[in-house]
Amino acid sequence: MTGVRVLVGTRKGAFTLTSDGARRDWAIEGPHFAGWQVYHMAGSPADPNRIYAAPSTDWSGQIIQRSDDGGKTWTTVSNDFAYATPTTDHLWYDGTPRPWEFKRIWHLEPSRTDPDTVYAGGEDAALYITKDGGQTWTELTALREHPSGSTWQPGAGGLCLHTIILDAADPNRIYVAISAAGAFRSDDGGASWLPINKGLRSGEIPDQDAETGHCVHRIAQHPSRPETLYMQKHWDVMRTDDAGGQWREVSGNLPTDFGFPIAVHAHEPETIYVVPITSDLMHFPPEGQLRVYRSRTGGDEWEPLTSGLPQSHCYVNILRDAMAVDTLDDCGIYFGTTGGQVYCSPDGGDTWTAIARDLPAVLSVEVQTLP
Amino acid sequence: MTGPNSGERESPTYRHIRVVLPAHLKTLAKVTGEVRLEVPEPVTQHAVLTAVEQRYPMLLGTIRDRYTFKRRAFIRFYACEMDLSNEPPDAPLPEPVVAGAEPYIVLGAMAGG
Repeated sequence: MTGVRVLVGTRKGAFTLTSDGARRDWAIEGPHFAGWQVYHMAGSPADPNRIYAAPSTDWSGQIIQRSDDGGKTWTTVSNDFAYATPTTDHLWYDGTPRPWEFKRIWHLEPSRTDPDTVYAGGEDAALYITKDGGQTWTELTALREHPSGSTWQPGAGGLCLHTIILDAADPNRIYVAISAAGAFRSDDGGASWLPINKGLRSGEIPDQDAETGHCVHRIAQHPSRPETLYMQKHWDVMRTDDAGGQWREVSGNLPTDFGFPIAVHAHEPETIYVVPITSDLMHFPPEGQLRVYRSRTGGDEWEPLTSGLPQSHCYVNILRDAMAVDTLDDCGIYFGTTGGQVYCSPDGGDTWTAIARDLPAVLSVEVQTLP
Repeated sequence: MTGPNSGERESPTYRHIRVVLPAHLKTLAKVTGEVRLEVPEPVTQHAVLTAVEQRYPMLLGTIRDRYTFKRRAFIRFYACEMDLSNEPPDAPLPEPVVAGAEPYIVLGAMAGG
C-alpha cells in the first residue's frame, strides 16, 4: 500500500486529497463540479481509478459523474433514475399521504468486484443498480414496494436511502438503511427485503416495537465479521451479531448517543468510532468540544479522542456519510465537518490533524487505499 | 433556411437559434458563451429545448423532466425581456428569437437571502 486518496463531497463541489502512507503531507485538488452539492463520491474497490460522484443542485437536479483516471477527468453518465413500476404514496411529515418523487441520490456503493456495477440510494427512498458504469440505471423495485412502504415517513433530511452495505461474505446479501423507515436486508440480491429493526427503540414513534419507522442514521460492517453490524441511530448506538435479527444498545458511557456516522477499524472488528452530537435539535458537539469516541470492545465502553481536535467553541456537525477508514497497516480514520474541515488520524484515532480547512460544508468522506 | 434534408419535399425548415445556458450547465455541456442550434419550424420552447438536449445529452433532466418535459421548478425561460417560463411549450417563440436577433435564455431562478 503506497498511499491514500480521500474523496470529499461538499455543499459546493468535490475535492480529492492525496497523500502517501505517512499521511502527513496532502495535495488537495478541486473543486470538481464547483457549485454542485456532492452528497457522495465512491471509488471502485476493484479499480481505484474508477470513481463515481453524485452532484446535484436544486436548480438542475441530479447528475452522475464518472472518472476513469482517479479523478483527473470526469464524464457525465446517466441521471435517469426513473421509478420502474407505478408509485403509490408514502407518508409526509404531517402523516398525510405523499406521492413518491425522485429528488436526489444520497449514496453510491460500487461493487466489490466489478467496476461497472454500482448501487445507488435515492430520495424518495429507492435502490438503483447500474451494470454498465452508469450508462443506465435500473430500480430494484422490491424495496420500495415492500408492504410497509406506504407507512414510511421522511426524516428531517428527507425520505432518503443513505446506507448500502454489500455483504463481504455473501454476494447476494445487501443491507440498506432509510431515514426514517429503518434497516432492511436482502438475501437474494435485492429481489426481496426483510425489515431488520428488532430491538430498536425510538421515542419518536408511538409503537416502540414497530417493524419499521426507526430513524437509522448509519450502519457499518467489518468484512471479517459479516454477521455483526453497528448502527448509529437517531438516538442510541446499536449492535447486532445475527445480521440484524436482533439489535442491542451499546451506547454505554457515551456523553450523548445522538449522532450520525459510525465506522469500524479496518483491522480490529471490535474497534468502532462515533462522534456524539448534543441532540436532534442541537446538531453540534456537547460543550463545543469536538470528540470522537472509540470503543475497543464493540460498544458499551467508550473513550474520548481529543488530541488535535478543537476543544472549545466548536459547533460543527459530522454528517452520516462523512466518516471513513483506510486499510493501511496503521489504520487511518477520517471525517469531515459542516465547518469545512477534514480531519485525519493516521494512528487509529489517537491523534488528529486537519488535512483541509475552510472547504464548503462537508457532506461525505470516503477513502481509497491505493496500491 | 433549410436543414440537412432540405431536398425532400416534406422536410422541415430549420432556423438558427441562439441559446444562453446558465453557467453551471455550460460547464456540464463543456461550452462557453451562447450555443447556436438548428431548430425545425415551428420554433417553440419545446423544439428549442429538444434541440439543446439532442446536441448536449448530458443536459437531459437538468432543465426539464426527461419524460413529462415539465420545467424544473427553479429554472426559468426568458426571451426579448419577457418571462416565458409559464407560456405553453408549443407556442411559437417571438420572431426576434426565431430570426436569431435575440437569444432564448435558460437560467436558474433567483434564490438566496
